[in-house]
Amino acid sequence: MPDYNFLVVEDSPTMRQLISFALKRIPGSKVVEANDGIDALKKLSTQKFDIILTDINMPIMDGLKLVSMVRNDPSHKGIPIIIITTEGADEDRKRGLALGANAYIPKPIQTADLLNVVNQILGGKA
Amino acid sequence: MDKEGGAISKKVEDFLQVFKKGEEFTQELLKENEKLRYKVAKLEELTKYSDRDGTFKVHTLEERIKFLEEENKNLSDRYREVEEENKDFANRYVEVEAENNNLANLYVASYQLHSTLDFGESLKIILEIVMNLIGAEEFSIMMLDEKTNELTIVANEGMGNEQRTSIKLGEGTIGKACKSGESYYREGDPTDLAGIDYTHPLVCIPLKIKEHVIGVISIYKLLVQKQAFSNVDYEMFTMLAGHAATALFSSKLYSQSERKLTTIQSFLDLLKEK
Repeated sequence: MPDYNFLVVEDSPTMRQLISFALKRIPGSKVVEANDGIDALKKLSTQKFDIILTDINMPIMDGLKLVSMVRNDPSHKGIPIIIITTEGADEDRKRGLALGANAYIPKPIQTADLLNVVNQILGGKA
Repeated sequence: MDKEGGAISKKVEDFLQVFKKGEEFTQELLKENEKLRYKVAKLEELTKYSDRDGTFKVHTLEERIKFLEEENKNLSDRYREVEEENKDFANRYVEVEAENNNLANLYVASYQLHSTLDFGESLKIILEIVMNLIGAEEFSIMMLDEKTNELTIVANEGMGNEQRTSIKLGEGTIGKACKSGESYYREGDPTDLAGIDYTHPLVCIPLKIKEHVIGVISIYKLLVQKQAFSNVDYEMFTMLAGHAATALFSSKLYSQSERKLTTIQSFLDLLKEK
């Protein structure tokens, strides 16, 4: 059993690899990747995750819809969510956080910033 | 007469008695004096020794204090040195971390660029890299047609309708950058945009295989949160200039060879049928 199980939801393989690369630097971490919101929901139904990291602009189901669905699902609503997106405007940030995301990181991401946010959410244990 | 003589002898006896007592008393005084002298001498001796001992102790303690003060100073100096070293290590760690992250970005980008032989996919990956890793909002990828010497947009992100779909080699900023093979970076603040000018981009990166230019990436606008280019962005531009060029060139050749293979196969099938 890994210490931390992360779900990375991204349609871009480049970003998925980059985020996974960063998260795997946390000892005892496992990263599961999903291409879009629907794929993420499927994986959420079969595994437990410590954090969901999601993009906003994705085909089939976007990140905001995913955040909303996770927050309204009693079995998943407690999972912390980090939005990682190119949408860096203040109103986008507010919308994401209002839907229930725990953190909002605009792209391009800095690995150190991402790991700091993850560490804060995990209570400084990572 | 006898009576008188007896009285005198009694007085003599009394006197002798007194004298004897006086002698005994004097003897006792002398003994007492001797004892007191001895005691005084002993006390003097004691005082003399105790002074010497006290001075010795004070001297030892002073030396100990001096030694400890010296040791304290040495330890403080060493502590300062270690603290300085620690700061250097911390700074070095931050630098190494940043370098590590930059290398991770470059590794992921080059890995993805060479992960496919499909031309469309290669273009999509370049778009993803420029948008997600560099932070560009509006940009294009142009390929050079060597027969017509024209650069034509093959993929773009966020560009409006006022874009020109093709540019002659050597024409304008993009054409000149492509002709010279030198990357172009517009001077000044990249976020200072008074309207987007698609003929005058922020950055032009000629895509080169050795010295042979096959196309160009032009960035016109950065994402709102992207304030300036960092060192890793310039490294990414350099990497893209070479790796994106080979990825596009090889995927184009592969798709052409695939098409040729299909045509030849069809001919062979026709010949077999005859």
